[in-house]
Amino acid sequence: MRNRLATQPLFDLSKPGRRGARLPKCDVPVQELEQLLPAWTQATEPPSLPEVTEPEVIRHFTNLSTLNMSVDTHFYPLGSCTMKYNPKRNERLAGTHGIVDLHPYQPEDTIQGMLQLLYELQEMLAEISGLPAVSLQPAAGAHGELTALMVAGAHFRESGEIRTKVLAPDSSHGTNPASARMAGFESVMIKSSDAGFVDMDDLRSKLDEQVAVFMITNPNTLGIFDRQVSEISDLVHKFGGLIYLDGANMNAILGVTRPGDFGADMMHFNPHKTFSGPHGGGGPGAGPICVNEALGAYLPVPVVVEEDGRFRLEYERPRSIGRVRSFFGNVGVLVRAYCYILSHGPDGLRRVAENAVLNANYLLSRVRHILPVPHGQRCMHEFVATASDLKKKAGVTAMDLGKRLLDYGFHAPTVYFPLTVPECLMIEPTETESKETLDAFAETLFRITEEPADLLHETPHSTYTSRPDEVTAARKPQLKWSPTSDSDKTNH
Amino acid sequence: MNPEELFYCETHEWVSITDEGGSKTATVGISKFAVDQLTDLVFMELPEPGTEVAAGDEFGEVESVKAVSSLYAPVAGKILEVNHDLPDKLETLSEDPYGAGWIIRLEVSDDSALENLLDYQAYQKQCAEED
Repeated sequence: MRNRLATQPLFDLSKPGRRGARLPKCDVPVQELEQLLPAWTQATEPPSLPEVTEPEVIRHFTNLSTLNMSVDTHFYPLGSCTMKYNPKRNERLAGTHGIVDLHPYQPEDTIQGMLQLLYELQEMLAEISGLPAVSLQPAAGAHGELTALMVAGAHFRESGEIRTKVLAPDSSHGTNPASARMAGFESVMIKSSDAGFVDMDDLRSKLDEQVAVFMITNPNTLGIFDRQVSEISDLVHKFGGLIYLDGANMNAILGVTRPGDFGADMMHFNPHKTFSGPHGGGGPGAGPICVNEALGAYLPVPVVVEEDGRFRLEYERPRSIGRVRSFFGNVGVLVRAYCYILSHGPDGLRRVAENAVLNANYLLSRVRHILPVPHGQRCMHEFVATASDLKKKAGVTAMDLGKRLLDYGFHAPTVYFPLTVPECLMIEPTETESKETLDAFAETLFRITEEPADLLHETPHSTYTSRPDEVTAARKPQLKWSPTSDSDKTNH
Repeated sequence: MNPEELFYCETHEWVSITDEGGSKTATVGISKFAVDQLTDLVFMELPEPGTEVAAGDEFGEVESVKAVSSLYAPVAGKILEVNHDLPDKLETLSEDPYGAGWIIRLEVSDDSALENLLDYQAYQKQCAEED
């Protein structure tokens, strides 16, 4: 039974006079505050802090920590997110003193080890992507997209070309068109064919000399590898445009093929997905980008360079788009990616991809007897099933299935994305799950589809909150605790 | 309005044209099917009256807990009137999508795009395929 004791906000637990620690009596002469600080600096009231005991605080945080699902405790088939296990070795190495005690303002001579690590990571990502120039600066995948589009913008400005449009398929991540707009381009959507590939006729009709970049996710969000990708690249290049590969799904092709080899000019990696960095609390993430040689000159500064066995941060790059992040990016995540890549080596990384694809296909072969999978009987690292028939027949939605899975101890798959498949569930098991876990998940999903609709609409029953009111949460978000709000106490 | 007498875009907007002494006015909304597919609505963004739109131009946005969808103009014209009550009473869209849930009124400058729109029967067929 989950324990809810002391899980309310600390301010609600507060009772006047309660203390977690008591200071010993002062054993030096006491000076009046007025003699130490001018009057204007002194507060007139004590700060409003919760007054709680140590056990209350410990229970508060410990019990809250058990209300969540995590990769360490649950199967987490959240499609597109690659929720693979995060090896504890990464954490141990990233936590060593030589790494955590560094300060970015230290002289370069004293951080040679860290600079070597970052330099080698640049080289590794270049090799894995097939694109030689790397920036580790972007702080997230979407930030990588934006940075790469700014790099493309700088390139076209320098060559005097006026290109205003960025194309992306309708199955793309929402970040693609958003990054395009933020980088100052117009975003144009390309249709998908019934098979889930880029609709070549639609692409041809929208291609012209105003197109700066075509952003493609391959394998795409339906979990299928678009074999037309080389043809698409050639076509876009013929019009002078660039290909951006959204690297969110690199887990499926690591060591098997390289974006640089199938025509991409730019891409980002999501180290928290592909290279097992933690997905904790919305960050810090990292979104390193790799670009072709010609675009390398525009990458953000600094870049780590090597000269005669010495490493330094290079800022003197006149064609660079400048800084996109303070200091050297989110180094902590990059260190974990480095550990992961070194632990696996080239053959190991290829096996990661092979096992991710094998696991997804095994689960697909079981799930398609429970829910239709509209885009084929084979997939890459993930697949998209639909509850459309179930909704028509019994009124049970993808949302209901996802919520009910929580009761059985499984995190829900991604639902209602991609937007091209109605009532969809996007399932990505990753390579780190066993056959037993996949079987248990498939059997649970089957069991749920047999349950009465009325029951499913009211699930989950076992979580701290059942179904939050999403409309009110979106329209009238209550983002901070305030002493006058009663709803905080009843509606956590 | 009677949904059987309206014309529909593939993108689920409906339009009704009235002709008063040579000047044509178009009333635009979104279909019941679209509202049901969007599920719970949270926000809506509407244009300012006076804006000129071409057929197929995006004139606004509707956001649900699931996704953001653009609203496209079925015909070309100048926006005369906008249903400003909607964003605060989004339930109107699901309760009365063909009446009180109208979104904009346009002074039609060019109705040639009407030829490409679907009639009720054709639209029903499209919805059945999409569902």
